[in-house]
Amino acid sequence: MKLPSFDYEAPATVAEAVELLAEHQDDASVLAGGQSLIPLLALRLARPAVLIDINGLTELSDVSVTDGQVAIGAMTREFVAEESAAVADTVPLLAAALPFIGHEAIRSRGTIGGSLAHADPAAELPAVARALDAEFVVRSQSGDRVIPAAEWFEGYLTTSRGSDEILTEVRFPAAAARSGVSFQEVARRHGDFAIVGLAASLTLIDGVISDARLAFAGVSDVPVRATAAEDFLRGESPSAELFSEAARLATADLDPPADLHGSPEYRKKIAATLVRRGLQAAVHNADERQ
Amino acid sequence: MVDIAMSVNGSTCTGSVEARKTLADFLREDLDLTGTHVGCEHGVCGACTVIVDGRAVRSCLMLAVQAAGSDVTTVEGLAPDGALGELQQAMWDSHSFQCGFCTPGFVMQATAFLAAHPDADEQAIREALSGNICRCTGYQSIIDGVLLAAERTRQG
Repeated sequence: MKLPSFDYEAPATVAEAVELLAEHQDDASVLAGGQSLIPLLALRLARPAVLIDINGLTELSDVSVTDGQVAIGAMTREFVAEESAAVADTVPLLAAALPFIGHEAIRSRGTIGGSLAHADPAAELPAVARALDAEFVVRSQSGDRVIPAAEWFEGYLTTSRGSDEILTEVRFPAAAARSGVSFQEVARRHGDFAIVGLAASLTLIDGVISDARLAFAGVSDVPVRATAAEDFLRGESPSAELFSEAARLATADLDPPADLHGSPEYRKKIAATLVRRGLQAAVHNADERQ
Repeated sequence: MVDIAMSVNGSTCTGSVEARKTLADFLREDLDLTGTHVGCEHGVCGACTVIVDGRAVRSCLMLAVQAAGSDVTTVEGLAPDGALGELQQAMWDSHSFQCGFCTPGFVMQATAFLAAHPDADEQAIREALSGNICRCTGYQSIIDGVLLAAERTRQG
């Protein structure tokens, strides 16, 4: 299938991109790495009148570590983040999730901002952003706006980005010193979309869990935080029984979608298994990082 | 129409394309480099994989205009004089194909992967090639070919 016709704009600066978005609003689509949007165009599921290609915005491809957080430019390629020592050292959960995204050739082009703006609920980065309470910086002609992850994902492939706004940066908080992380995923083969995925992070102080973060991919139309399980884990010491109860709490209210890869019941069962595995792996990872 | 220029297999190539034309179609239709195959046309099968600025990419998921100024290598670039490259020869020796439709994509993905990971083991090669679909071979002979190429490169 060939792409539909569109007017092509390739701004050289964010200011130019924002001007184009202000002019075209809902008639425009923003092309970042293209690994989700170009298939949508090929399948004619997306038919924008104007395509705004932001691959020339080199100002959006910086990874910078500042006071307790890593700011990742929206156009940072996934393979660049995957190879970044700053990401590996400061946001290990993100580093753990990146290799699960698509295949090597997809990560050559795919971008951090593109995946998060596309907001596929089965994708890895939305779960990581939700687990870590990442912040999204968007820009329009009226200036910058910072949106917390809890308010970013509004529905299937839908975010709170306004049609005149461009995502410029995503800020991830640095991992605490005594934390351990794990990204778990069940897929038909490596690189496929997750049937269920889980981003998990635990902070342990003297053997006691002081902070727990769990976010699922693939169980709803948005990434889902397991807050009941997180609250239950806080203040407890890791054990197999504790993690089993956390898995029960994390999945009790889930109502996952059905497709040819699995029924809702199957997805719930996988989700519970991933919580147990993810928490164990996070404890192990915390030991390793000491 | 947009005028573009890029390096393809070491030569500067120019063209005038619609913005919606993919790099895959530009290579095949404008440059007659039909070694790059087009299978699913939406980034699932990997048959159109080429190397752009040193990285394997799906040429059906990149616009030709986006490749302007880039350095592109297609399967034709691996055997410029008609003699098979090392990986191609190893895949020939391992019978790494049947109908051959998916082969250029596998060859380009494996070329990029081995360049970055010359010591890759079988599991790593399997994962690196997991985004390429073959409907004939059952994959084992493809893995064998890539492993053989890696082994021959290591032995110099």
